[in-house]
Amino acid sequence: MKRRYPTQDHPLLRLLLTVIAVSVIGLFLLLPLATVFSQALSKGVVAALEALKEPDARSAIWLTLLVAAIAVPLNAVFGVAASWAIAKFDFRGKQFLTTLIDLPFSISPVVSGLIYVLIFGLQGWFGESLRDANIKIIFALPGIVLATVFVTFPFVARELIPLMVDQGRDEEEAATSLGASGWQTFLRVTLPNIKWGLLYGVLLCNARAMGEFGAVSVVSGHIRGLTNTMPLHVEVLYNDYQYVGAFAIASVLALLAIVTLVLKSLLEWHFADEIAATHRH
Amino acid sequence: MNVAVSRWRNPSALPGFGLSLGFTLFYLSVIVLIPIAALIIRPWSAGFSGFWHVLSDHRVLAALRLSFGGAAIAALINAITGPIIAWVLVRYSFPGKRILDALIDLPFALPTAVAGIALSTLYSTNGWLGEPLSHLGIRVAYNPLGVVLALTFIGLPFVVRTIQPVLTDLSREPEEAAATLGASRFQTLTRVVLPSLMPALLTGATLAFARAVGEYGSVIFIAGNIPAVSEIAPLLIIIKLEQYDYAGASAIGVLMLGASFVLIFALNLLQNWIGERR
Repeated sequence: MKRRYPTQDHPLLRLLLTVIAVSVIGLFLLLPLATVFSQALSKGVVAALEALKEPDARSAIWLTLLVAAIAVPLNAVFGVAASWAIAKFDFRGKQFLTTLIDLPFSISPVVSGLIYVLIFGLQGWFGESLRDANIKIIFALPGIVLATVFVTFPFVARELIPLMVDQGRDEEEAATSLGASGWQTFLRVTLPNIKWGLLYGVLLCNARAMGEFGAVSVVSGHIRGLTNTMPLHVEVLYNDYQYVGAFAIASVLALLAIVTLVLKSLLEWHFADEIAATHRH
Repeated sequence: MNVAVSRWRNPSALPGFGLSLGFTLFYLSVIVLIPIAALIIRPWSAGFSGFWHVLSDHRVLAALRLSFGGAAIAALINAITGPIIAWVLVRYSFPGKRILDALIDLPFALPTAVAGIALSTLYSTNGWLGEPLSHLGIRVAYNPLGVVLALTFIGLPFVVRTIQPVLTDLSREPEEAAATLGASRFQTLTRVVLPSLMPALLTGATLAFARAVGEYGSVIFIAGNIPAVSEIAPLLIIIKLEQYDYAGASAIGVLMLGASFVLIFALNLLQNWIGERR
């Protein structure tokens, strides 16, 4: 019998641990995913596709795309600005600022929605003046956008900050000393260096923006065909016992998750050094 | 002017400090800080006793106990399976490993409502897993057990993903030394490898706990939401909001926010501890 190297596990231990790991991943992660698709297709492909063509479903898909199209660019611009300030300059309170930026990650989604209700809701700070001015924020698009921006707030910044701190300031300093303007330096020197990290952050930000449920649920009011995003419409249909419809929309969201995971893995495999934050979430 | 400025920041050759920091602080205040302040000052209109009255309610207490207790149990389960999965993914090689590795992030990527209806269907008494389990007398769905299950699902990647990089960077020399000195493989694993993973394991479990305490979407479908039995704290906030009980909702909200702050503080302490060990 071949001798094992001292840091290798006994084949039986190896087998045992591998079986545990594979079954946890299989039963716990893969099976729920398979359930989504199998339930969606339980009455056939046509029924699932028909469910996606319902007017309420289409308006939910449209609203989800619209909300992500507003929230993701906002947080991307913020992420770039914050990481430029934090990585390229030395100032007091930097560590505290970084902690504050991460704050929304630690807050319950429901609390994230609640805070905006307390400001813009009917009994909130601006509730009555908004009603008098006939502006709707809660139970309308602006509230949904705000809640989504809040829960996806740190995604781009937390990818870019460590990356840009790592890359230092030499290249930018060289560019400005050679006469480049601030914007030229940013567009021609910094942006090419951070583009994969930025894309990585935007990818994760977008996945969360399109899939957010708790926070949006608080501010949306669940008005069918009007303020229901895809995840909310899934809830409405599921509670209505319309399982094919609920799982058909859930499948679209699950596909989005799979595409996100594939792109994320590709970015990690090919540009590990240029993302630098492969293990952070 | 320049002297005053340089006291809190060092001079830099690069432009854009005012613009980038100004925008950062403005956006942070408008989106995060002011709304959070609005929550913090809200529940005190009836003084501390009003705040306490909300939280000492039987139904609220039960919900808080389930959210915090369930999150703790889920973090504990993940603290056991997480290191095993990380170990297998880092140290062993087998076909399909990369796909398994990518799948770990599924609970991050899958919208919580989708996870919620999938778990609920899977574990209901006529579901793929719920039916065989019900023959064994185990009811998962519409039970506190279902809550723990959903919270475990949502927390798994935190533990695996915090341990993985530490394990990858871990030098094998101490293991070799232990083996040379006559330690069995089991002794080496529990006395040499595990202690060096401890900070990462604690960090990961804390992150999983923090996420699970406030989790909503993946839980409410499988929980059944029976008052004082399988009702989680975030759901109670929503119920109170629907009854226009803003003070009640914000009292629970402030408590959960306080828990978030404590956990952030604990994580910072852990990070410093890890920094000192290096």
